[in-house]
Amino acid sequence: MRTPRTRERVVITGLGIVCPLDHDVEAFWRSLLSGRSGINRTTIFDSSTFPTTFDAEVKDYNLRARLRRPELHEGSSRGSGFAVGAAVQACRQAGIDVETEEPADGIDRTRMGIYLGAGEGALDHDTFFACILAGWDPQQQTMAWAKSTPLAFARMKASYELEQEPNMAAAHVAMLTGARGPSRSCLTACAASTQAVGEAMMLIRRGEADVMIAGGAHSMIHPLGVTGFSRLTALSRRNDSPTTASRPFCASRDGFVLGEGAATLILESLTSARKRGVPILAEVAGYGSSSDAFRVTDMHDEGRGPVQAMRAALADAGLTYRDIDYINTHGTSTQENDSIETLAIKTVFQERARQVPASSIKSMLGHLIGAAGAAELVTCVLAIRDNTVPATINLHDPDPKLDLDYVPNTPRRMPVNIVMKESFGFGGQNNVVIVKRYEGTP
Amino acid sequence: MSAARVVVTGLGAVSPLGLSAEETWAGLCAGRCGIRRITAFDPTGFPCELGGEVPAYRIQDRVPRTFRKAVKLMCRDIELAVMAAGEALAASGLITKGIDPEKVNVDPTRMAINVGAGIICCELSELAPATAISTTDGQFDLRKWGKDGLDLVTPLWLLKYLPNMLACHIGIIHDIQGPSNTITCGEASAQLAIGEAAQVIARGDADVAVAGAAEAKVNQLVMMRQHLLRRAVSTRDGAPETLCRPFDADACGSIFGEGAGMVVLESLDHARARNARILAEVAGVGYSHSMCPGYERLEPGGRSIQIAVQKAIDDAEIKAADLDLVIPHGTAVPEDDRAEAQGLEAALGPAAGQVPVWPTKSMLSTTGAASGALDVVAAVRAMVDGVIPAARNFDKPAEGCRLNVVTERREGPVRHALCCSYTFGGQTAALVLKALEEDEAK
Repeated sequence: MRTPRTRERVVITGLGIVCPLDHDVEAFWRSLLSGRSGINRTTIFDSSTFPTTFDAEVKDYNLRARLRRPELHEGSSRGSGFAVGAAVQACRQAGIDVETEEPADGIDRTRMGIYLGAGEGALDHDTFFACILAGWDPQQQTMAWAKSTPLAFARMKASYELEQEPNMAAAHVAMLTGARGPSRSCLTACAASTQAVGEAMMLIRRGEADVMIAGGAHSMIHPLGVTGFSRLTALSRRNDSPTTASRPFCASRDGFVLGEGAATLILESLTSARKRGVPILAEVAGYGSSSDAFRVTDMHDEGRGPVQAMRAALADAGLTYRDIDYINTHGTSTQENDSIETLAIKTVFQERARQVPASSIKSMLGHLIGAAGAAELVTCVLAIRDNTVPATINLHDPDPKLDLDYVPNTPRRMPVNIVMKESFGFGGQNNVVIVKRYEGTP
Repeated sequence: MSAARVVVTGLGAVSPLGLSAEETWAGLCAGRCGIRRITAFDPTGFPCELGGEVPAYRIQDRVPRTFRKAVKLMCRDIELAVMAAGEALAASGLITKGIDPEKVNVDPTRMAINVGAGIICCELSELAPATAISTTDGQFDLRKWGKDGLDLVTPLWLLKYLPNMLACHIGIIHDIQGPSNTITCGEASAQLAIGEAAQVIARGDADVAVAGAAEAKVNQLVMMRQHLLRRAVSTRDGAPETLCRPFDADACGSIFGEGAGMVVLESLDHARARNARILAEVAGVGYSHSMCPGYERLEPGGRSIQIAVQKAIDDAEIKAADLDLVIPHGTAVPEDDRAEAQGLEAALGPAAGQVPVWPTKSMLSTTGAASGALDVVAAVRAMVDGVIPAARNFDKPAEGCRLNVVTERREGPVRHALCCSYTFGGQTAALVLKALEEDEAK
């Protein structure tokens, strides 16, 4: 493989978000700083008898109103629709033309790519359950497939089935932007979109693309998604108080709150951003990835994988733990994650561990699963821009064993130049991205 | 910054032609076809009752003794991936914890994994008892599911079907602690994963990587999807082994199957230092995206194939005429084959009529994410053995196809081989493999 002579610096020139707090970056940021919760009763399906009856939903979202050619994205899954909305915002900010055959933004489309950490779309549940019932023989405890096949063929819709594929969010973003460069989707569970941003940066560094639309999109708010997480006992069951249910690092935390949404960041080589004369929002400085190689069900008890990923990202950025001003944590509000993440931060940050603010916006946003890391990276860029870190809300009952500075309940104005974002996925994939203030001529 | 050269030192495959790379390659050389009537479920009622199923195996016999309990958490996609990865690592001569914990000869923190995976459909029968008790008047009742049915779902159900669990199980068995990713881009997943893993090594983030993909498409709902998308053969006329006909005038669609292909990638320095047998070099990668408003087909004209193939050839610093073998995606869906042929012809230029083209899906079936990995395994074997087997079911070229599809077995050096793949949704990848010169391999 060809060796690039110089390593391209990678900057961020656009942000977009569609999430439970809002469908616009500035409104999202204002909501975060006001400590508002995006969590409420489930409305997407009737969850009234489920162990958990609340979640963090994207509400009142109208994709059609944002597009000139909505017909290309009709029938997309919830996640793909969010991805298109987030990409439209990010492209607009970065001066990238969308929905046109003849872009005039000076970007060669074969050098503009897409990398999303994106989840699968929801099953056609009615058909799915009806097919099971048609074929199931309760006496024999077997499925007679031939009985469910005609029903499935009659009811399944080709386009709906296709839209469930996890690569379709990126497909819609490609159609929106005309991006023909490297195109990829990954799905490393809750770490997916942090990984997507990290790997997208690597593609630009290697010189394979000038611009990457990177981020994530996911919605698992559907009966089988909630069933799966409920059975894993991963979800909070604080049904009497949804807005206080997500309480990362709190002694009484009892699980995460399932959310949905999409976020995108326009990554661009510094050369390209300068040539186009677009404002630079921040620089992506480093990326590290690791695996626990421990258990399918649990994190490594000493946080071995997270520690390795954090150290790899620091080394990649040419920084040490002394340089980090703020940690945007994975902070899911599960007993296990918050304890082990705290331990891992202590291992890496040593004597500084208690001095570096480390907050979790999942306290307000819920857990966007595949899209979580990208939404949190958008937050990191805004934290640098405004020298303000968002709070961990609902932290009124600190866990005595967890003694870092989690920025409880009130956002904090402070100098923020270099931020670490960490994301850990079920099964032990750990991804860390470091974002820093862009210093240099625009 | 100088990037490391990346070589292939191990192969693993599980396919309808056998349970190892050796058996798969022998089958391909003999022109055998692995397509039969489906046995995994009763295919009565399907327009085509054929599939490419992997021969019978017992997964307990194919994992380390200490891991036998964990097979309960493996869906079929995971099993296939674990088998192929185990074979590839054993063949490479590396000794991981999963091969012999007493004799480990590789640093687990310097090993990466990158696996392509499909959207995994759960076994319907697994959810059937829970569905059966959640009915009112014979119809599925979501409230009853939430109250009673949900509790009958096995607690770890979700973990069996997350796409990242392929990489996760392999990583746990073999103690792979470095970067881990899961690419979910349909049938382009494998080559995207192998390309990315090669770059992880090239940029210095790992010395060794396990890369490839697995997918088990012989599932009722997955097969149905392919029929609804009009990709599957829908005739019953003709012998099963003659129906899948890539680039042939009588092509009438694809036949879907299951499999896994894995390679061990290694930096050239690492491979040399341990005197490993070097099978080939990953010399070039190229990526693009196909713009097709319907999303389910390759765009007419195959421009994304043209772009990706040209980029891969440029990256390898060779000319199209230097290629001795092309393994195309060739699904036997007539529109897709036509577009791919046009894209390849445009990329290869005057060499298009000369370079031998060898499609494999007539024998292996379309194994989803795995298909691109099985092709890479086959290409490496062709290089090692200096053999290009004859294409099967290619009697008369499809109209307008000017590719030089090989109709007779050829023997002679294969110095450069190109593999390419695309998927519904549009992601497109190409890889150039290069044989090392005798003196380089030492």
